[in-house]
Parts: sequence; C-alpha cells; structure tokens
Amino acid sequence: MQSILLALQGALSQGLLWAIMALGVYITFRLLNTSDLSVDGSFATGGSVAAILISNNVNPILAILAAIFSGAIAGFITGFLHTKCKIPAILSGILTQLSLYSINLRIMGRSNIPLLKYDNIFKSFSESTGINTMMSTIIIGAIIIVLVIGIMYWFFGTEIGSALRATGSNENMVRSLGVDTNYAKIIGFMIANALVAFSGALVTQSQGYADVKMGTGAIVIGLASIIIGEVLVRKGTNFALKLSAIVFGSIVYRSAVAVVLQLGLNTDDLKLFTAVLVAIALTAPVIVESSDRNKMVKSEEEQ
Amino acid sequence: MEAMLKLTNINKTFNPGTINENKVLNNVNLTLEPGDFVTVIGGNGAGKSTILNVVAGVFPVDTGTIILDGEDITKLPEHKRAKHIGRVFQDPMQGTAADMEIQENLAMANRRGKNRGLAWGITKEEKEKFYKLVKELGLGLEDRLSDKVGLLSGGQRQALTLLMSTIQKPDILLLDEHTAALDPKTAKIVLDITNHIIENQNLTAIMVTHNMRDAIKIGNRLVMMSEGNIIYDVKGEEKSKLKVDDLLKKFEEYSGDEFSNDRILLQR
Repeated sequence: MQSILLALQGALSQGLLWAIMALGVYITFRLLNTSDLSVDGSFATGGSVAAILISNNVNPILAILAAIFSGAIAGFITGFLHTKCKIPAILSGILTQLSLYSINLRIMGRSNIPLLKYDNIFKSFSESTGINTMMSTIIIGAIIIVLVIGIMYWFFGTEIGSALRATGSNENMVRSLGVDTNYAKIIGFMIANALVAFSGALVTQSQGYADVKMGTGAIVIGLASIIIGEVLVRKGTNFALKLSAIVFGSIVYRSAVAVVLQLGLNTDDLKLFTAVLVAIALTAPVIVESSDRNKMVKSEEEQ
Repeated sequence: MEAMLKLTNINKTFNPGTINENKVLNNVNLTLEPGDFVTVIGGNGAGKSTILNVVAGVFPVDTGTIILDGEDITKLPEHKRAKHIGRVFQDPMQGTAADMEIQENLAMANRRGKNRGLAWGITKEEKEKFYKLVKELGLGLEDRLSDKVGLLSGGQRQALTLLMSTIQKPDILLLDEHTAALDPKTAKIVLDITNHIIENQNLTAIMVTHNMRDAIKIGNRLVMMSEGNIIYDVKGEEKSKLKVDDLLKKFEEYSGDEFSNDRILLQR
C-alpha cells in the first residue's frame, strides 16, 4: 500500500512536469489543428541543453531559459519547413525530430549526462525549505503549471493569439482578414516546442540525468494527456479550464502508468501500453456515437 | 473620376502545358468607378469566380495589372491586399471561424489590414459596437455574441460574414455566389442585407451570381462572361430594363449555343 501511495506521489510530480509538454502539444494539435512530430526531438533537446549547461556549473534556472529558447528554434525549423518549403506538417516534424537526434548528441557530446552531483531547482528548493524532494517537485511543478496556463490564457486572448487560433479554425478566412497565416503557424510551432523543451529541461533536473532517447514517444504521451483530459472534463468551454483538464489528464496518465507498473507490467511494455491507451481513447468517441445511434434506432423500432 | 478598380489585360491559365490546361481568363479588361455595384453572370467555367480570386490575390495572374484605388496590387500577396478588400464566399463555412465566438470573429474582422499586437483581442467598446451592428441584421444574433459561430445556420453565417467583410469599409467588396448555398427564403434575406449594406456605405462591389433575376434586380451594372471573356457589359437604365430572356438571347448570340446550364435554366 505504502509503495502504491509513494508511486502515486511520483505520478503527481511527473504528471505536472510532463503536462507542460502536453500543453505545448495542445497548441499544435488542437489550436493549430495540425500534427507536430518534432516534439520527441525538442523534448530531448530541452533536456540536453539543460544538462550540458548544468554539468558546466551554469545556474539551473538559466539552463531552463536556454532550453526554452532552443525549443523555440526547433519549432521555428518545423514551422519554416511546413509553411515556406510547403512540406506537409507531419513530414516537417519528422525531419526536425530526426535531425534533432544528431543535434542532441552534438549538444551533449555523448548520449547520456548524469546530473546527480549537481544542483537543480528542486534540490535547492528542498534544501532551503526542508521539504522533501518529491514534495518540492510537486510544489514547484504546480507553481510553474499555474504560470504557464496563465500566460497561455493571456496570449491566446490577444490579437496575435486570436489570429493564431483562427488560423487553426479557418485558414482561408484569416488570410482574407489580412493575417499572414504562415507567420501565425510559425509562431505557434515555436511556442509549442518552447514549452516542450521547458518540460524536457524540468524532467531532466527532476530525474537527475539527460538521455538522447528521453523524448521517444513524448508526442503520444502528450496526446494521451490531452485526450484523457478531454474525456474526463467534457463540460465547459472556458480556455483555462480546458488547459487545466490537460494537466489533469497528464496526472491521470502518469497514475495509470504507476498502477500498471505496480501490478507487474514490464517497463519494456510501457510504450505499447501507452499506444494502446491512446488508440482506445481516440476510438472512444466513435464507439459512443455509434452506440447512441443504435439506441436511437432501437427506441424508434420499439415505438 | 478616378477608377476604383482597373483590370488591364488579365490572362490566367490553369495547369499550363498539361493535358488539363485551362484558359480561364482571356485578356480581360474591366474598370469599376467608385460606387459601382456590378453583378457578374455566366455559365460554369466562364471565369466569374476567377476574376474575384485574381482581385483578392488567391493566385497570381499570368499577365496584366490590377490597380485598386490608384495602387498597383498585382504583386501583393493575399494577406496584404486584405486591407483593401472585403470578401464573402459561396460556402458559408469559409467566411467564419466555426470554433470561435461571434464577437471574436467580428473582432478579427475589425482588425482587417491592421497590425496585430499583444493587446487584448477584443475591447469593451468593440463589444458594444458589435451588439449594435449585429442587431441591425435583424436575425436575433445580438444576444448570442459569445456563442460559437459553428452553432449558426448557413444564412446566419453568411449575414455575419457580410458584416465582417464591411465592418472596416473595404475599397471593394467581392461576393462570390454568396447566396447560392442557401434556401430561397434565406437567400433573399441575405441578398436584402447585402443590398442594404452596399447602399448604406456606398461601397464598390462585384457580385458573382447564378441567378439572372438577382443579377438584373440589384446593382447598377451587369457583366456577362463566357469562356474567360467579358461578352456583355451594361449599365444604368439599360440594365434595369433587361429581362432574363434578353440575357439568354445575348448569350446564344455570342456563343451560338443554348445557355446550357441547368441551374440557370431552372431559375428562369
């Protein structure tokens, strides 16, 4: 029992840190209505940049800022390939992701950097307050989440943010209203990947190492969080509520993972588990719809 | 008086050099005076919609120049021309963003051609302005300003798009069969709103239509197109005396062919 509780606490802290990545995925997947597969790469880029800086005794907060910036650059590349070079969004993302694998190795100089000897924001907070590291991670994660949601709520309500949302809804219309939709998309890709890299930098600090493979499957985890959030919080159109639902979805996902691991799932099978979970979640609306239709037909027949 | 829109020697061929080569505009010249409201009719593939798209900058022309209010816009990309141009499309889905609120759509339109920054996307004054303008449409939408546009009917969406395209007075308003997808009753309401807005703001406008009676009834000028050519151009009193049969005869005269378009024949 104790171990499950501890595992769930861990799930909460991991869920919060990974939720920032899911919020980034939400920008491209839902707001821009496109698919950005560069996420797997930019998540690891965020981790790599943070790790190499921290291991060179740079302040962990500065390392995070540098990671965010590197993510924005990765997003720019994907956006540029998609809008200016007219490469389909999915392929643009795959190209960026692939190239980032090499770039991340270049950044780190090897495939893995351990950081246990070095300071990180969670450790410093824990040392200065006396709260244990797990709780520190949860507290800092929660504060960052509130800030990120606040900033996103503000930005997507501004003139540029509205233009960006409208681009995802009806590109032709926004162009006819004088918005350069290429520019809007590039901005969207940049913010999205900046958030993803932010998440990668935080996860790196929390787990105490960066690995070139740490982003594998990140996009699917992001989608899982979004979809679980949407399934669980169906009511309400408030934007902040929608974003909170994603964070909630991320925590639920991490809890589900923690539980199945406790129940004896092999960690090697975790990615398969995630993929199946997302496939089921994506299929759920289709099943609900057709069962509703069947019920309607049935009740008509009975009448 | 200086022309509001001047198209000179416009040529446009789609898929040149391929088996699908299609010459849609053949040396078209068209000049609109300020306040001209031109209706454009013609069979399928006559080049009616292409003229609008060429003015709007959806695709570049092969040759020719487009002067709008004294400015050469031939080479400007679509989003830069938008500052001067209001557009309503045939598909009611195309003119509005379904996932956004009515007032958000209007706020986007209210910033047509202006720089967008980090100011809040919609102001309190705007909300009051929108309430008044939407109320004038007479569709009861003024109390639903924070509803998503996706909840509106096709006619309501077209009326909203009309309002959006003229909320900042455009140099020219382009209407691309904007009532064709609506039922006759709704089409009439939207057409009345169109007429009202154009007269009220004294706009220069081009309206492509398949409905010959509409084309005769509204506007001060009528242009008939066939196979990328303007074959008939009539103004003022002469236009208002036209009958549908006159137009059909005109078309046969030119092409030596029956006006073989079901949609138009049905509307006689």
